Amino acid sequence: MTAETVNASVRRQGRVRGIVTAIGLMRESIVGMIGLSLVVFWVVVALFAPLLAPYSPVANQVSFAVPGAMAPDGGTFWLGTDHLGRDILSRVIWGSRTVLTYAPIATALAYAVGIVMGAMAGYYRGWVDSVMSGFANVILSFPILVLYVVIISTFGASGLNILFAVTFASAPGIMRIVRGLVLDLRNRDYVAAAQTRGESSFYIMFVEILPNARGPLIVDACLRLGYTTITIGVLGFLGLGLPPPDPDWGGMINETRNLLMLAPHMTIVPCLAISSLVLGFNLLADGIREVSLRD
Amino acid sequence: MLLLLVKRFAMMVAIMLVVSILLFLLLELDPEGVAVKVLGPYTSVEQRMLWLEQNGYNEAAWLRYIGWLGNLLQGDFGDSIKYKAPVSDILWSRLANTGILGLATFGVMIPLSLALGVLAGMREGSWLDRSISVTSIVTTSVPEFASAVLLVFLFVFHLGWLPGTSGMADGFSWIELVLPVLVLVLYDFGYVARMTRASMAEVMQTPYIRTAILKGLPYKRVIMRHALRNALIAPFTVIMLQINWLLSGVIVVEFAFSYKGFGALLLDASLNDDIFLIQACAMVAVFVAVATQTLADIGYTYLNPRIRFS
Repeated sequence: MTAETVNASVRRQGRVRGIVTAIGLMRESIVGMIGLSLVVFWVVVALFAPLLAPYSPVANQVSFAVPGAMAPDGGTFWLGTDHLGRDILSRVIWGSRTVLTYAPIATALAYAVGIVMGAMAGYYRGWVDSVMSGFANVILSFPILVLYVVIISTFGASGLNILFAVTFASAPGIMRIVRGLVLDLRNRDYVAAAQTRGESSFYIMFVEILPNARGPLIVDACLRLGYTTITIGVLGFLGLGLPPPDPDWGGMINETRNLLMLAPHMTIVPCLAISSLVLGFNLLADGIREVSLRD
Repeated sequence: MLLLLVKRFAMMVAIMLVVSILLFLLLELDPEGVAVKVLGPYTSVEQRMLWLEQNGYNEAAWLRYIGWLGNLLQGDFGDSIKYKAPVSDILWSRLANTGILGLATFGVMIPLSLALGVLAGMREGSWLDRSISVTSIVTTSVPEFASAVLLVFLFVFHLGWLPGTSGMADGFSWIELVLPVLVLVLYDFGYVARMTRASMAEVMQTPYIRTAILKGLPYKRVIMRHALRNALIAPFTVIMLQINWLLSGVIVVEFAFSYKGFGALLLDASLNDDIFLIQACAMVAVFVAVATQTLADIGYTYLNPRIRFS
């Protein structure tokens, strides 16, 4: 084993231990544990959707079956079927995969853009900061849903455009947070040391400064994941989301809500699903903040 | 103070200008696309050319922008494609409806969230504090469209107390306003309450509060006379910024309850590619958001003596 691979494996062990410690710390916060369980539950459901879903999410079977009704093939529609005869349990399970694909990717993209912008604005200051902050001010002055509606109606509703819209709308907020953190950290001794060593600006920003700003960013990322989940749901609900028939919680709610009196389960199940996932992210964020404030 | 006013105002104008350029580029840079949207997809090329010629779309983009901006400043937003009427005829009444919804929401949300925030922040870590915090996280986690459905199920179909839509077909009715307001308040109050709590908790740890308690003032008096005045400065800004959020919220809520407001109009416009209506709605929304933000900045400066006198 060369020195480099040893180094890498030690670093990996360190990271694994970091995650284990983080979960261990989380045990001290009941709220955080509940949040973590909700998130883990939905992640597992999304990962194993093909195994867990009893039926295809788009197959048309018996319409308006009540929860627990017998299916034609002898199985059970545990949560009933919708107006087009699609098994709701299967749609909710597959829908979790939709939302847990788009929300993390969109959040990660927004973070990639926001971190680069914020680090540059905070580190270089001067005109770079003015340009970045000016841009952020303009985007953040839009009521966020107005921005989404304008973007989606101009470019059309598709998965890619949703990712683009979320990135475009959230990156400025992340940029502001990162900028503030970097402005605070850039005067530390270790930054001066790195500058004296002659490290490049990018090395200093991303290797020296950013890791030390991770605490508040992790909490923010968690809240933002919850908010992005809501956003994807809202876009589906407003008819601006992913095109049907793919299962999407917001779209399911919009399609069936006019039949709420007739068959409430069709609408209420996806409502509870999205609320529990968002609640998970928010409680987890609160737990992390609580635990990190304690030390 | 005057310098600050001028600065803030200039900032506001600058942001509005950039936003107008962005919107123009996004929606009108390609004249061909505008003609297709206005005349419909099944028109001939000649018809579109004629329309573009008549409406001055053959000029350079920046000339068109200046003309468009000039019209905008005079309140001429162009004609709505779907409603076949000037946008300004439709927009203002819809905006007034949303204003009513927003005022009602704020009328309930502000006292509620301030009271809860102060109660929670008064004794940090008490069971009251914890239960208020958890409640506010839970209500903020239920998206507006989900709580709209759940509340309709409960109050309309199960209990039969309230109407499920708010179209106001027979004139204005307060009872139809209840559910939309409830949905908006539930989603929004948590944030303001948490901010108020944080501000209150911070004030409670300051030396002057300790002094007031130690010199034997009744607890009620310490809270009312000393703590509240300082704790409520920060929430003021938060509440003003909440108007920006509310403008997002009304889109969902107005759509969910068929309320004839501005948010539903914007959504309707965007689903129908009603280009001039989208422009007008977006400009108005950003104007309201930026104006309240400016007011928030100025108000904060005025309320906070440490900034006011420096």
